[in-house]
Amino acid sequence: MPRKTPATAGPLALIGAILIILIGGFAWAAGWIGPRRINGGDVTAALDYNGGKHPGYRRAHAKGLCFSGQFEANGAGAALSRAEAFREGSYPVIGRFSVAGGNPFAADGRKVFHSMALVLKTPGGEEWRMAMDHTPIFPVADVASFIALQRATRPDPQTGKPDPAAMQALIADHPEIKAFQDYMARAVLPDSFANATYYSINAFRFIDGDGQGRSVRWQMEPEAPLSGLDKDALDTLPRDYLFREMIARTAKGPSRWHLQLVVANPDDRTDNATIAWSGPHRTVDAGTLVVNSVQPEESGACRDLNFDPTILPPGIALSDDPLLAARSKTYSSSFTRRAGEGAGPSAAGEDLQQEHEQ
Amino acid sequence: MSRHSPDFHPALRVLHWLLAAMVLAMLFIGVGMVSTAGPLYPLLLSLHRPIGIAILLLVLIRLPLRLLTGAPALPADLPPLQARLAKASHVLLYASMIALPLIGWAMLSAGGYPVQLAKGLALPPILPHDLALYALLRGAHTLVALLFFALILGHLAAALMHGLIRRDGVLRSMTTGHGRRGPATGD
Repeated sequence: MPRKTPATAGPLALIGAILIILIGGFAWAAGWIGPRRINGGDVTAALDYNGGKHPGYRRAHAKGLCFSGQFEANGAGAALSRAEAFREGSYPVIGRFSVAGGNPFAADGRKVFHSMALVLKTPGGEEWRMAMDHTPIFPVADVASFIALQRATRPDPQTGKPDPAAMQALIADHPEIKAFQDYMARAVLPDSFANATYYSINAFRFIDGDGQGRSVRWQMEPEAPLSGLDKDALDTLPRDYLFREMIARTAKGPSRWHLQLVVANPDDRTDNATIAWSGPHRTVDAGTLVVNSVQPEESGACRDLNFDPTILPPGIALSDDPLLAARSKTYSSSFTRRAGEGAGPSAAGEDLQQEHEQ
Repeated sequence: MSRHSPDFHPALRVLHWLLAAMVLAMLFIGVGMVSTAGPLYPLLLSLHRPIGIAILLLVLIRLPLRLLTGAPALPADLPPLQARLAKASHVLLYASMIALPLIGWAMLSAGGYPVQLAKGLALPPILPHDLALYALLRGAHTLVALLFFALILGHLAAALMHGLIRRDGVLRSMTTGHGRRGPATGD
């Protein structure tokens, strides 16, 4: 072995420097050193802070019900996207209805998102996952604001209501959150999962067969006429009202939605989900989503899926909306956490299902 | 198998440096994409899967080639412990290059994710959809990646010691080779 003489000191220092640069670069890439980055864990931590810890469940939209059915494409969507899902035909769908919040046993009578998520697979191996809410706009435009919203709206353990001072401070910085709250105050809170319109929240890029791209938001418009819950009597609503209603309704027959593709006008924002696209738009009815059956999460196929809205078929791509990356990362972090924790029972579980079968 | 030439087969040398670049890039992409919920996340994720599978394919070419063409003998004056460490670390390097993409692929399968390499190109699942399995493999993917990075640092340090301090031709056997001079007595 060579001794550490002055002749080897130089090379040794060089080797050390190379290693330190590599380790430093790696630590920087990983976010262990350097400017603080928001990662998926930060968002799930904020959700836990807001809704309490509920190991084994989704960090948001914890209370859900699986559904299955099919998407019957009429072919019209092919004008906007070359995705196989828009070619005329019938494609199987697995999905999930849910209400927002991290508590899997929360009451349904709350002024929160009602949501529909689904996975649509086509024979060519394409897969399209959607996670939609019943409002055309989202309260925040980026992930930092989302974390701030979760922290400010944490219910006080004493009163069960968020701290008004924290809310005031947040709204002062975020007029878009106020706009969203005003919208929620005005809007009908659907009294069934089946009569709500579900919106894509974000814009996406649709690419047609000629390679032309367009910005599109979509919405699932129900055939069932919209009617609302009495917002002044939400406290008196049975805990699992929406879930029982959907189980009972589906036992009688399927529910249907029309997939409406809304093409952006030139002045529409594609990078900000807090801003609605108003006025007339080119809209394409791409086909009908038929929900034939619902299943409790314990036995349905939806529980162990991550409805990551960035899992898209060829012909649909991400837009410049920064919320899409944040949703994808956060859903992934939530999914990984609950996978390790093991799943718990569902509020809309086997007992509810059996009750309705009797 | 030992090799008469003092150098690795030229094709192996090309594959080594190609894979070195890809593997290092992958490790940085991997920890980078885990670190952020920003717009880089989907971009890095879309690179991570195809590069990972490309590494797997290249290793599946490289390993048989390495077994067929052998490695040049280590310097005779290398202490036996170091020689054993060298051999073991190379086995582990190969094992990591094969295991990491396979764990990633298996992990996505168990998570019920499509294993999307590019738009319109997805691999079939290699494990059933099982969340407990997913959680286990997700943890293993990170752990093996971090150990792999540490192993690469050790490999690099050893290679540079051979090349800059011992000057025993070991580094050259994987770079330019020794030309027609035969085994080097000093680089």
